[in-house]
Amino acid sequence: MSNKRTPLYPVYEAYPGVKIADFHGWDLPIQFADGIIAEHQAVRTAAGLFDVSHMGEFLIQGAQAESFIDQLVTNNIVSMKPGTVRYTLMCYPDGGVVDDLIVYRISEIQFLLVVNAGNRKKDFTWITRENPLAQGETPLPEIRDQSDQWALLALQGPQAQEMLTQLVPEAADISFFQFRDDLAYGDAPLLISRTGYTGEDGFELYMNSEDAPELWSRLISLGVMPCGLGARDTLRLEAKLPLYGHELSDSVTPLEANLAVFADLEKPYFVGKEALVHQKETGIPRSLRGLEMIDSGVPREGYEVYHQGACIGHITSGTKSPTLQKFIALALIERGRGLKIGDEIEVLIRSKRKKARLVKTPFYKKTGRS
Amino acid sequence: MSEIKDDLRYTENHEWVVLEGTTAKVGISDYAQDSLGEIVYVELPEVDDEFEQGEEVASIESVKAAAPIYAAMSGRVKEVNESLEDSPEAVNESPYGAYIYVMEVSDPDEYEKLMDSDAYEAFLKANE
Repeated sequence: MSNKRTPLYPVYEAYPGVKIADFHGWDLPIQFADGIIAEHQAVRTAAGLFDVSHMGEFLIQGAQAESFIDQLVTNNIVSMKPGTVRYTLMCYPDGGVVDDLIVYRISEIQFLLVVNAGNRKKDFTWITRENPLAQGETPLPEIRDQSDQWALLALQGPQAQEMLTQLVPEAADISFFQFRDDLAYGDAPLLISRTGYTGEDGFELYMNSEDAPELWSRLISLGVMPCGLGARDTLRLEAKLPLYGHELSDSVTPLEANLAVFADLEKPYFVGKEALVHQKETGIPRSLRGLEMIDSGVPREGYEVYHQGACIGHITSGTKSPTLQKFIALALIERGRGLKIGDEIEVLIRSKRKKARLVKTPFYKKTGRS
Repeated sequence: MSEIKDDLRYTENHEWVVLEGTTAKVGISDYAQDSLGEIVYVELPEVDDEFEQGEEVASIESVKAAAPIYAAMSGRVKEVNESLEDSPEAVNESPYGAYIYVMEVSDPDEYEKLMDSDAYEAFLKANE
């Protein structure tokens, strides 16, 4: 079976030196000619553009939409105003994570859920058929998978606003985690949110697939750096933004991943709430922590982490941080060992124990106004 | 198109080798460095370590991933390129200059069985 391609495939395929690889069944650019580090730095200091059209978009609407989504996900949806965006997780009854996603409240009765590409099918089945709410008597709202008709560009970096407002002046008025769905570039309708996955200021632009190549080319012609998934990964890791399949999975709870702030345990009900409340009361077994290497070596996903001779967990993501020029990682480790920032631990790298220390996260935090 | 040097031999794991007497110098090919992307760390073998051909001797890591380096020939490590500890990017900049280790080989005949430049070029084409 051949891989899927986004509407921008013909555009980036024409870049000399682009590296395209498989990502969850999609052919996507890992990097362009200048490489991951240059792309990473462009986003930290100027502006970069990512094609993330592979993400899944589900439209949920109807009188029951609000209450359905509120019971389906961990964060509070009822309190969202139209025009706002909220990050949330979706759990199994045992507290394991189905996916992490962002919810756009378009109107009182209309919501857009944006999910990970690799989980799109699983999520749709979960939302429409398998979750406990779908087993009950109450009819579900209308749920449509619109992933194939949407293209999504992420424009990220301190100069993102300066670039975007040259094409869409109204974007300047969109605040962090808010959006507008009544915007356009030329004849192309746009939904623009001030969101992203890099730890920088930036925007995500949703449009009809056929409009994406033109908007991509216009932004690039303004001096925005085309960026691939490689830089997206190093950027999100520095900002400690979790990636499903690494920090999150069906065997990790939001509390273990230190995402409690996105799980509203005060809500009357959501799928997985009971398990999370139980975990909170009886003790959260693990915690997602940041580390940097003291000895030489690159901490990679799956490597074991040791403290005083005992294996206490494993690395979920690791790389050389292009911004800090250090080898950094996130690790899911046992809580309750009293480990503090600065404490030494060890990472098993190719049968050798290499020294590392726990550090504050996020590894990178942007300065100045958002 | 990746650069392939005429006077070297190549392994299927994209290492290059040059043999003088019983001393083999080993690095990775231009194709390998380009596929890996920006190299941020090279874990060198230790001097005097002994390896059979095909065993993992070292590791080369890009921003994205770690890739093992296998022993191009059997023998004992005589010297490692310590400058790569501080400047691993040299492997990207000059893959045929930035060798990784030098080995005293135990079976020089292994060299003749490695791919010459024409065979390696054909190997790369076949794997495109």
